[in-house]
Amino acid sequence: MAVLTPDTPVPHAAARVIARDVHWIGALDPELRRFDLLLDSAHGTTYNAYCVRGSAGVSIVDTVKETFADEFFRRLESVADYDEIRAIVLNHLEPDHSGALPELRRRAPKARLYVSSRAQMMLKGVLHGTAGEFTAVQTGDHLDLGDRRLRFLQTPYLHWPDTQCTYLEGDALLFSGDIFGSHYCDARLFNDAVGSFRAAFEQYYACIMRPFAREVRQALALIEPLPLRLIAPAHGPILRDAPAYYLSRYRELSTPSPATGEHTLLVFYLSAYGNTRRMAEELARAAASDEVRVELIDLDGAAIAPLLERIERADAIACGSPTINGDAVKAVWDLLSSLTCIDVRGKIGAAFGSYGWSGEAVRMIEERLRGLKLRTPLPGVRARLTPGSDELAACRSLGHDLALHLCGRAEHRTIDMASLA
Amino acid sequence: MPKAKVTFEDVGVTVTVPAGTRLIEVSEKVGAGITYGCREGECCTCLTKIVAGGEHLTLPSILEAQVLKDNLAPRQHRLACQAQVLCGEIVVAPA
Ligand SMILES: Cc1cc2nc3c(=O)[nH]c(=O)nc-3n(C[C@H](O)[C@H](O)[C@H](O)COP(=O)(O)O)c2cc1C
Ligand code: FES
Ligand SMILES: [Fe+2]
Ligand SMILES: [Fe+2]
Repeated sequence: MAVLTPDTPVPHAAARVIARDVHWIGALDPELRRFDLLLDSAHGTTYNAYCVRGSAGVSIVDTVKETFADEFFRRLESVADYDEIRAIVLNHLEPDHSGALPELRRRAPKARLYVSSRAQMMLKGVLHGTAGEFTAVQTGDHLDLGDRRLRFLQTPYLHWPDTQCTYLEGDALLFSGDIFGSHYCDARLFNDAVGSFRAAFEQYYACIMRPFAREVRQALALIEPLPLRLIAPAHGPILRDAPAYYLSRYRELSTPSPATGEHTLLVFYLSAYGNTRRMAEELARAAASDEVRVELIDLDGAAIAPLLERIERADAIACGSPTINGDAVKAVWDLLSSLTCIDVRGKIGAAFGSYGWSGEAVRMIEERLRGLKLRTPLPGVRARLTPGSDELAACRSLGHDLALHLCGRAEHRTIDMASLA
Repeated sequence: MPKAKVTFEDVGVTVTVPAGTRLIEVSEKVGAGITYGCREGECCTCLTKIVAGGEHLTLPSILEAQVLKDNLAPRQHRLACQAQVLCGEIVVAPA
């Protein structure tokens, strides 16, 4: 078995020792510049796969993107024979890690596949009949390799619903999947040997993990109690120096800012002629009180990133847009389409806006808010052109009722389905 | 037609609905925080806590039962895109 010591730079096709009888057998993708359409990766990425040898056989943890399969198989062959492989663990089904699986199954027919129980519905879609026999696992389930054991921890949504981590007991080694990953390619592989990847680590969290901050906290609750000597993520540097730092950083990033006892409503608007602005002001004034802090924000020319932080901390958002060419204005869509980057589930949303003849914007915004998984307990308010006194009163009552919902004092309503639009 | 009453705790609304209505149809209309994805009983996005009156819902299909099991859904949880109301009073909340 031709294996290098941990610190020799990696020639093509060499596996790397990361712990006793545990090898990195992944692939380097230094050219990649954009990942999953949403992440820039100035430094490429790696697809990390691992080979764990126990007295009763070998287990592979994750594979690589299909186009990198040759590199993966060469590394694998340098440390194990196919007929020694008795288990393949996929920490989630995404193609950047399952790409070489069909071929691996063909070459290692004795291996059994271990995936999260949440993976079952998706397995067909990803593997199209090549999944074969598999075992669906849950938190606490084990895979016995003779003298050592792998334990599974379910960490859903980090990054896919079926994401899990696999923990090598005794060695205190966590195969963390996408969690704690970075898109950063450096053949020196270990965090204490590679260049500075801090920015890549932070960006990875911001793009992949931030929308699932609550799931990150749930995952940390499972991971934090474990003794940890090394974290082996599915992308980027292997974290052998100070692995605890990365846990505490995730803890920091996923912890919501402390509750102030006050509720926050952000009122966003766009307005060419001042009509929608008038509505926004009326709504905002009616909602504000000692208990509810209201911020009025003109979206025209506003930068989105700082707004996301404010929305993340807010309890409710109201969005106002005139109808222009049968649609809400682009700046509203830009804001709303950015909300998938943060966790807005369960916040309260509402819409309002002035219009001339068809007035589609308010309905469309409400639909989008629901799609983003906000609650929209109050119907939006529209005003034809310059809002009249009735329309301004409707804005005030929307503001007032939003405040009641925020304070948990909204009156219980009983209605008939037929009366609902 | 027989009617049932469904209460959405998180938005404080009770809706009278005809028997056979799926929970998701109502939750959307009242803007409750029960959200949906596939609407076909596969993704488990619409997982809903049945606070009371679970016996007044249609029983889970084999597919729904499987999806609930795969996703380790706690007891008294249903898929809002699958469960249909029959009669009586039902109280639900986002999972
Ligand atoms: C270029 C343009 C396109 C418009 N298209 C629509 C439309 O498709 N449907 C509609 O109801 N109103 C339309 N309007 C009318 C505006 O919605 C209306 O003037 C509204 O009061 C503007 O509100 P604001 O003062 O907040 O900008 C359009 C206005 C402009 C200037
Ligand atoms: S919406 Fe996907 S299971 Fe109900
Ligand atoms: Fe992923
Ligand atoms: Fe990945």
